[in-house]
Amino acid sequence: MDLQQRFVAGDLEAFEQLFRDHQRQVYAWIVRIVRNPATAEDLTVETFWRIFRSRALFRADGNFSAWSHRIATNIALDHLRKSRRETELPDDLLAPSTPDPAVSREMRTRIRSAFANLPPKYRLVATLALIENAPYEEIAAAASITVALVKVRVFRATRMLRKQLGALSAEVGAQS
Amino acid sequence: MNQEEKDRASNTNAQRNEINEIKHLLREAMPPLPSDQLEPRADLWPRLRARLDSQHTTDRAASNVNGKSQRIRVTWFDWALTALAAAALLIFPGIIPALLYHF
Repeated sequence: MDLQQRFVAGDLEAFEQLFRDHQRQVYAWIVRIVRNPATAEDLTVETFWRIFRSRALFRADGNFSAWSHRIATNIALDHLRKSRRETELPDDLLAPSTPDPAVSREMRTRIRSAFANLPPKYRLVATLALIENAPYEEIAAAASITVALVKVRVFRATRMLRKQLGALSAEVGAQS
Repeated sequence: MNQEEKDRASNTNAQRNEINEIKHLLREAMPPLPSDQLEPRADLWPRLRARLDSQHTTDRAASNVNGKSQRIRVTWFDWALTALAAAALLIFPGIIPALLYHF
């Protein structure tokens, strides 16, 4: 019996092995969405707990990595829904290594605020696609949506941010 | 390329520029996480194991409670009917052969 078959049968040692094989990937995916290490750790534990609880739904010959990413994405999205404005990065994580002189500190604060106001499903794709540069295909698979829908959401998120930021984007564009 | 295709290409370019402009602003305000922050700060297995164990204990306790409540879940009406039936058999033992015949 292979590792995934043993996991589906409820073998805790097999589950621990799968956890150790995938926890970094799952954590990295979640922390890129929620942008808070402590929250990402909590949500990683929650993800694997749900994985173990719903192991009967997993096909032993299935793709564990893809399945765990889907569950992680759903959990991260739930978290964004529950804590709309609470998941902002601490300041030390926010400073770019080579800041654009055209973007002032006040502008950054406004951009962060506008971003935090995005509806969670748009915030999810915008974080992954625009900030983290994740491929659209990867986002689509993890969020269980089509690539076309990812593109639509990225564009809508862009429009919403542009609307909220108003003249700011044009101002920065003119300065840079 | 006809006018419609030119318009579509122009729209696509405009959208791409708009996305790139916002992308630049976002990455200035919230830069991508560096690779050293993409790993958990500690092994998360002990936390997960503790949660699994506590859930297992809770599940067992819940099943015990359910089992107990199932044993005592006999309403007074059921007991009253049983008592009435037993009393009827004692008072009118003649109905026992008739009941046996029908069952």
